[in-house]
Amino acid sequence: MSKILQKGFLALAVSTAMGFAHADIVVAVAAPLTGGNAAFGEQLWRGAEQAANDINAAGGINGEKIKLVKGDDACEPKQAVAVANRLVDSDKAVAVIGHFCSSSTIPASEIYDEAGIISITPASTNPQVTERGLNGEFRMCGRDDQQGIVAGDYIVDVLKATKVAIVHDKDTYGQGLADATKAQLAKRGIKEVLYEGLTRGEKDFNALVTKIRSSGAEVVYFGGLHPEAGPLVRQMREQGVNAKFISGDGVVTDELVTTAGGPQYTKGVLMTFGADPRLIADGKAVIEKFRSSGYEPEGYTLYSYASMQAVAAAFKGAGSTEGAAASAWLKSNPVETVMGKKEWDKKGDLKVSDYVMYEWDDQGKYHQK
Amino acid sequence: MDGIFLQQLINGLTLGSVYGLIAIGYTMVYGIIGMINFAHGDVYMISAYLAAIGLAVLAFFGVQSFPLLILGTLVFTIVITGVYGWTIERIAYKPLRNSTRLAPLISAIGMSLILQNYVQIAQGARQQGVPTLLDGIIKFHVGTGYVQLTYTKLFIIVVSLLGMGVLTYVIQRTKLGRMCRATQQDRKMASILGINTDRVISYVFVIGASMAALAGVLITMNYGTFDFYAGFIIGIKAFTAAVLGGIGSLPGAMLGGMILGIAEAQFSGLVNSDFKDVFSFSLLVMILIFRPQGLMGRPHVAKV
Repeated sequence: MSKILQKGFLALAVSTAMGFAHADIVVAVAAPLTGGNAAFGEQLWRGAEQAANDINAAGGINGEKIKLVKGDDACEPKQAVAVANRLVDSDKAVAVIGHFCSSSTIPASEIYDEAGIISITPASTNPQVTERGLNGEFRMCGRDDQQGIVAGDYIVDVLKATKVAIVHDKDTYGQGLADATKAQLAKRGIKEVLYEGLTRGEKDFNALVTKIRSSGAEVVYFGGLHPEAGPLVRQMREQGVNAKFISGDGVVTDELVTTAGGPQYTKGVLMTFGADPRLIADGKAVIEKFRSSGYEPEGYTLYSYASMQAVAAAFKGAGSTEGAAASAWLKSNPVETVMGKKEWDKKGDLKVSDYVMYEWDDQGKYHQK
Repeated sequence: MDGIFLQQLINGLTLGSVYGLIAIGYTMVYGIIGMINFAHGDVYMISAYLAAIGLAVLAFFGVQSFPLLILGTLVFTIVITGVYGWTIERIAYKPLRNSTRLAPLISAIGMSLILQNYVQIAQGARQQGVPTLLDGIIKFHVGTGYVQLTYTKLFIIVVSLLGMGVLTYVIQRTKLGRMCRATQQDRKMASILGINTDRVISYVFVIGASMAALAGVLITMNYGTFDFYAGFIIGIKAFTAAVLGGIGSLPGAMLGGMILGIAEAQFSGLVNSDFKDVFSFSLLVMILIFRPQGLMGRPHVAKV
């Protein structure tokens, strides 16, 4: 009797296990859901969540539903690796949307590559993300070497500045972006008057600001994220440094105004970011859906939505969730996304990038220039 | 001479006085029970949130004048943070009073994690901010350049010095101070002489937390932004300041804070801000090599 029971349980256990394995396609969203950059983590999660709901409502992928799992890397490389291992080993994710910070994406993507699953980062712009010959690594955004060119040219052509100070946060993304801008400025014949790093997590940059002041810079370029950009720009203004402040896509959130202490400090701040995805006609219905739920799809929200769409399209197109097949399909077929038609090259970079300059106004909002 | 040196001195002094205030909490607790209270940085973080809450509540009730606003916030923040300090001691350290010295240390690290996660859950993981309270700038010319000082920074330097002055008076001249010093020198003897040492230890935690609260209000005013992780870096810096000045010594903590702040600012200004922490910690190593008890610490005596 007990033997029969045992066998019965075993069969039941096996069938439920298999049932789970086939019922859902597990997609992980790996992002800084806590910590100083949690605002970006929320953008990534919201975007992917909405996309997964929409895809599931339309019948799922090849008849199977998407099940999202969260992975919090807090924008810390060490935690990112731990989370990546968990997503692969215990959550059995077959695709990853993420991470956010380049310094997290780079080590984590090695783990996804070993596991043979595809990962799409909506936001990591460091060139190294796709330069390491990983087969399943894609990105939905541009690269810092493209972003740096736009910023460098803008400083030379529009601002006509000759004295430029470059500040970075000593992190993969921030310093990479600062270096890309520095390289473009050098190409245009401008040598920066100051090149220094600050420490992430600190709030007092007054010593650095005094140094910027004495360098006589007309433009300050900052490679980094908003928790540091806000206090930096505020302390510049407090010390009477009125140089133009330019940064990259690491400050694309309303929280920049919070961290700077009010729109009077962020007024006139410039930043490079992809052409506002909210202005692309393809996404109109989706954007309305976000707004009706009381959430403004700012920054990387739609990038994350589009990443989820790309994952779904690849699994549908390849007819399986196997990483190599999905990756090969994505590299040879365009995908219709909420941000328009997207195509990838052999490295996993987008074929067309569209960086433009944005400016913050005195109301604490940003607009495409 | 274009005022850069002077400006960096002011930058360093602002930063240093805040380090000093927080360092007091580390040094007093170490002095009295010989443990490093790793949760102290997070007590400061809690006070930053309390300061923002206090400001918001007062502003909601229509308090507009700056002195009233800041006074109300200070009282509110110091009282509640003091309660936190007292509670933390009761929950995490007192039950471990007679166990090995490592036990309360581990308990302190646990407390630090609990506070961080509690604030993260209660207040959200996003960056928080308060608007500028005290507008206005003093600008004076020095040689070919100028030195610029916001009212807020001046306020920070004055209030921290004042806070340190009051505390020094309390420790040196009052009955409470005498009890604290007696307990620090010999806890068993003090208790034989009729001092309730457990209560004195609680007082010390409350005093340390109050100083951290003062720093929390000042920093929140000055930088206007904080998150649940804000206590970590500043806690490490303040701890360094306490060791630099001689852990266990009250004037040492204040001096250590000032030296650390000024060294950071001047090094960033003259050399490179990339390596300012390397410089600060090299300074610490040098001082500890030549004066292991720190600048103003007494040579080590075995504790009971």
